[in-house]
Amino acid sequence: MNGGRHDVVVVGAGIVGAACAYEFARRGLRVAIVDREMVGGGATAAGMGHIVVMDDSEAQFALTRYSQTLWQDLRSELPTDVEYDRCGTIWVAADDEEMAEVRSKHEYYGKRGVPTEVLDSPSLQRLEPNLRPMAGGLLVSEDAVLYAPCAARFLIERAQEHGADLILGSPVTQMGQGKAELADGSRFTAKFVVNAAGACSPQLTPGLEVRKRKGHLVITDRYPGFIRHQLVELGYLKSASALHKDSVAFNVQPRRTGQVLIGSSRQYGAEHEEVDHEILSRMLTRAEEYMPGLAQVSSIRAWTGFRAATPDKLPLIGPWPGDESLFLATGHEGLGITTSLATGVLLADQIAGRKSQIAIDPYLPSRMAEVVAHGK
Amino acid sequence: MSAVVERCARQEWKSGPMSREVCHQFEVLVVGGGPAGLAAAARAAEASATVGIVDDNPKLGGQIWRGADQDAAGSDASMWLARLKARGVAVICGASVFDLPRPRVLLAEAETAVHVLAYSKLILATGARERFLPFLGWTLQNVIGVGGLQAMVKSGLPIRGRRVVISGTGPLLPAVAAHLRERGAEIMVICEQASWTNLLGFGCSLLQQPGKIRQGLRLSRQLAGVKFLTNAWVVSAHGGTALEYAVIRSKGETKAIPCDYLACGFHLVPNLELPMLLGCRIRNGCVEVDDLQQTAVPNILCAGEPTGVGGVELSIVEGEIAGLAAVGRVDEAKRRFRERAKHRAFAHALDHAFRLRHELSSLPSPDTVVCRCEDVRYSRLDRYASWRSAKLHTRCGMGPCQGRVCGPAVQFLFNWNSESVRPPILPVRVESLAVSASGPRSEYAEVLGGSK
Repeated sequence: MNGGRHDVVVVGAGIVGAACAYEFARRGLRVAIVDREMVGGGATAAGMGHIVVMDDSEAQFALTRYSQTLWQDLRSELPTDVEYDRCGTIWVAADDEEMAEVRSKHEYYGKRGVPTEVLDSPSLQRLEPNLRPMAGGLLVSEDAVLYAPCAARFLIERAQEHGADLILGSPVTQMGQGKAELADGSRFTAKFVVNAAGACSPQLTPGLEVRKRKGHLVITDRYPGFIRHQLVELGYLKSASALHKDSVAFNVQPRRTGQVLIGSSRQYGAEHEEVDHEILSRMLTRAEEYMPGLAQVSSIRAWTGFRAATPDKLPLIGPWPGDESLFLATGHEGLGITTSLATGVLLADQIAGRKSQIAIDPYLPSRMAEVVAHGK
Repeated sequence: MSAVVERCARQEWKSGPMSREVCHQFEVLVVGGGPAGLAAAARAAEASATVGIVDDNPKLGGQIWRGADQDAAGSDASMWLARLKARGVAVICGASVFDLPRPRVLLAEAETAVHVLAYSKLILATGARERFLPFLGWTLQNVIGVGGLQAMVKSGLPIRGRRVVISGTGPLLPAVAAHLRERGAEIMVICEQASWTNLLGFGCSLLQQPGKIRQGLRLSRQLAGVKFLTNAWVVSAHGGTALEYAVIRSKGETKAIPCDYLACGFHLVPNLELPMLLGCRIRNGCVEVDDLQQTAVPNILCAGEPTGVGGVELSIVEGEIAGLAAVGRVDEAKRRFRERAKHRAFAHALDHAFRLRHELSSLPSPDTVVCRCEDVRYSRLDRYASWRSAKLHTRCGMGPCQGRVCGPAVQFLFNWNSESVRPPILPVRVESLAVSASGPRSEYAEVLGGSK
């Protein structure tokens, strides 16, 4: 079967692929989006849906902040089932050492125009009475949460309004050299093909340094008001950056539905998607340490998902060296929801040969090729 | 703000984990205290095994023998309960199995404890539940399940003088109608969706089973004068806050029937969550077992409705075989095969006679709620190709019942199946899910006394 000729074929209908398709279609390109299964069924469904500005590196900050402003621009158009809620993030400091980190974060964000507020112990207690007494925290008020599967569907519907084709249900067996072939025999040709397949992206582009990083989440029944902000322990930064061992961190999120999402865990080398009771137990015990009242709350579901992790913790956005037609939009690890919109814009800029609003070099896949060339 | 939030604001709410862990070790652990589970536990215990039985209800008996401890001596239920007691089977009631933290260990949550249940052999007797089909007004107050209404009446709901319409399919309809009538209810009509020819065929298949015939004759005496319609089903329920009347369709015509209760049940579906979590092979919606009730997973047996809905007699004999097989009494188990074969024929006849007619899938209108927990209406669902994608985009089946109610409905309406089961298989406290069951436990608590 002939899938037809397009300007761009986007492989992967997760939030990143959806954002790319949305941006391409808006700019008048003829787009096809293909997914082996459904819209937003991978890490998009498994993740928390946290739109958060991060400061691990200057490049990470630039991308997350830029993308956050894009979400804010889109906010008034989002349907209610996207559940966009600017609840803010509170980075919770357990002790004085972490309080020092709060102050330096405050300074870093302030210098770059992101409003934040340092909370002492009593004011944190007032904002989040269910936390056990803590040293304090940092409130980042422009951070938000949303329900990502519906956000991906919204972006794809917008792309479709601009003429994009959505093809679900058959996996891509081969992509590159200006074409994508599906298991059902259909074949798409295009000037550009985009690998936005998340944790599956290395299967489609061999040599890609993207690893699966497994995560667990638990969701509770409805307890409106139990927490009011996304709460993340500052120790999260330490555990999230530990590249080689399993880690858990206190990371909870209020949903519009009144439910509480409880995370988080990070594991390398765990390929099966089953819930791992021991990790779950560690993760929930950590959450109970920060928020003892959670112990008595009813949990209704647990699940797992796979983040697409790169060695330098930055996504891959741009052309894949060696194939002029092949572009990457993958490796977003735990920040795919936040950075999806910026990814779409940066990629569309590159395809159009336009200069982007932020420097693109840190995200170009060619940086990996350099590592390979020098390291081996 | 909800009461929960108010409670959260109080200091004692913040005290953290409250329940204790209680560890047990059994040679044979039985999950489910209905007829199959009781028979399995009794047979295994009579062969001198250390046996435990766990059930989420406050007392043993399952759905069909609910309140069996009140029954007169001499009933089947009281006989099995006495056999359990005589052999000191450890009874853990009010505890729901929700996870398999490591091989041969299950976790069960009770009100103030988490039971850590280690076993050598496991017998699953998890029973079945009613299938509901959505129609206009099915979420009104006093529209409930047939079995649900019976259970409520057994627990003291006053039914005398109340008008009841019963609709759905299967032998449960007349059985429950007779029970309600005995308690003084006025049965307005029983609507059986199956055709008269199907029922006739079913009746003929019972000719080999004098017991069933006797039950049938007794039922028909008890229901003398009650209108029993075949080829008939409820199309809608109406009322303000509570139910006022039901509209039924029979012989191509619709008719409004005033009533206080509308009891619906479209036969039973096996409870497969735990068998699936354990990795048992499922075929045609049932747990696959061999002659000795052994599942595809070594040391895990299964008996009763999960292997195919077949009623109480089949459940008992399957339970007996599983209990005997679990303790190596294979020859004795084999002597029960003929009995089982007879009752299996009944199960097949049930399946055939009460197959749901196609028209029922057009009962919901676009506006009809399909998922009650998340308030998802029919019109939002029919565009999806799988239950998972519908779940993700509409939240259908994502509420606290975890799709137990709408799952069997969407299976019928859209042919969607649930692909996976993950722990917790039912809602539990965070502290229960946080129980770490890793590492060698040096000591297990004494097995609980049999009478508890």
